[in-house]
Amino acid sequence: MQEHTGARSFASGYLEVKNLYKTYYLPKRETGSIAVPTLEDISFTVKKGEFISIIGPSGCGKSTLFNLISGLEIPDKGQIILDGKEIIGQKGHVSYMLQKDLLLPWRTVLENCILGLELQNVPKREAINTANCLLADFNLSEFAGSYPASLSGGMRQRVAFLRTMLAGRELLLLDEPFGALDAYTKSEMHDWLAGIWPRISHPTVLFITHDVEEALLLSDNVYVLGPRPAKLKLQLSVSLQRPRTRKLVVEKGFIEMKRILMDSLFTLG
Amino acid sequence: MRRYLSSASVVIILLILWEVIVRVFAVPKYILPAPTQVIKALYIDYNLLFGHSMQTVFEALAGFMLAILAGLALAVLMGLIPSVKKTFYPLLVISQTIPIVAVAPILIIWFGYGMMPKIIVVALVCFFPITVSLVEGLASVDQDMVKLLLVMGAKPWQIFKIVQFPGSLPAFFAGLKISVTYSIMGAVIGEWLGASQGLGVYLTRSMHSFLIEKVFAAIVVIAVLSLLLFALVSFFSRLIMPWYYQKSPWQG
Ligand SMILES: Nc1ncnc2c1ncn2[C@@H]1O[C@H](COP(=O)(O)OP(=O)(O)OP(=O)(O)O)[C@@H](O)[C@H]1O
Ligand SMILES: [Mg+2]
Repeated sequence: MQEHTGARSFASGYLEVKNLYKTYYLPKRETGSIAVPTLEDISFTVKKGEFISIIGPSGCGKSTLFNLISGLEIPDKGQIILDGKEIIGQKGHVSYMLQKDLLLPWRTVLENCILGLELQNVPKREAINTANCLLADFNLSEFAGSYPASLSGGMRQRVAFLRTMLAGRELLLLDEPFGALDAYTKSEMHDWLAGIWPRISHPTVLFITHDVEEALLLSDNVYVLGPRPAKLKLQLSVSLQRPRTRKLVVEKGFIEMKRILMDSLFTLG
Repeated sequence: MRRYLSSASVVIILLILWEVIVRVFAVPKYILPAPTQVIKALYIDYNLLFGHSMQTVFEALAGFMLAILAGLALAVLMGLIPSVKKTFYPLLVISQTIPIVAVAPILIIWFGYGMMPKIIVVALVCFFPITVSLVEGLASVDQDMVKLLLVMGAKPWQIFKIVQFPGSLPAFFAGLKISVTYSIMGAVIGEWLGASQGLGVYLTRSMHSFLIEKVFAAIVVIAVLSLLLFALVSFFSRLIMPWYYQKSPWQG
């Protein structure tokens, strides 16, 4: 894990979300519109290098939160501070893997992977080498030259994940990155993450998932959001030893934490 | 080739029927020539038709290219700048209501009997489908892909190059395929009104001499040439968008 540098980021967190509010307005057939309050007074602080999972019922506003942090949308109220700077409405600070894979059909798998590096003017040769290494890690080497149309849903998602990792930003927003994967491939991805995490100066991650076990296996902290309008219902610090493996899921401490999260998810309000 | 088998058999059956009807009812040649008579005319006038075709194809291709250049420029401007689209899109549609056959004589007055007015007629005919399809293509690009690039910090021209333009290519080529089949027709219309070379000239001359089998021969040549140009555009579309023709695993 990278050490904090500078007094500013030491005093506060790396990413600070303060009193965030967001309401959407759906146009009605007649006059006016219906207000859809989506985020209500969301505040949290993330330390540099932390891995945070966010769980919450479908439609509660998880993706909305990411759209705000990535600068795609503007909150009604509140602050988003990254590394001491206000970033509301600013794009290009984070790597964001959207819920859809959004692979460009006219680019091969390899060309899709290096998109972020290309936009940062990394020399092409270097970008391709880096991408090829990761493709091999993900068992996708033989598809490097194929177009996304010939990939399965799970393969597409892994390519999108790879593209996000490669973009090389300090903060990753991952919106259900493994949602389309079967249990086995998902587990492989967890192992891969668990394997490289201690070795690299890893980025800070916000990770949306519906899979409570996944959240516990990967995260330092799990945030539970309530139903829309989303409020932060619970912050659970996951103190399990790393590297974590599948075996953990049957251990007592793990099950206890899983129970706490499930209780929080399934109690209304 | 096999996928055209059913279409080809329909054409052959129709031709045989046509031949039989003309022979059984002894339809005079100046009303409706039999397919065999048309083939004979094609054979006899082969050299002449070839010369005229070259002229027409040249005009058609030149006009088509002109239309592509103009269409690309206007469509990209309209796609990128909303106010340009708002201003010019209705004008573009209105321009289509002006009949080309009425404009062509004026072009001849302005530009004389040379190739220029024919090329312009072709360009006018082809311009609309190309421009409209590209504008629609640009407008229908997946906005989430644009968002993805925005988040990655891409600049507007990078978004255009990486997402919007490639994303609108299928629509663009659909427009090219439509307009290229009009291009020969456009050149022929231009030639009708006054020229010394070209299939339009051959057509009017045959018409005036009541050599209807030669008129049919010209029609056949025009159809074949249009098909060839269509095939050419299809070839380029496969060359430029291999990804578009690749089947997904779930499409079987
Ligand atoms: N652009 C928008 N315009 C109007 N309403 C929106 C918009 N985006 C999201 N919403 C609404 O905000 C709410 C939260 O949506 P969001 O996509 O953030 O949910 P989510 O928590 O990511 O759900 P899921 O787990 O199903 O992906 C929903 O009720 C949705 O209808
Ligand atoms: Mg979502």
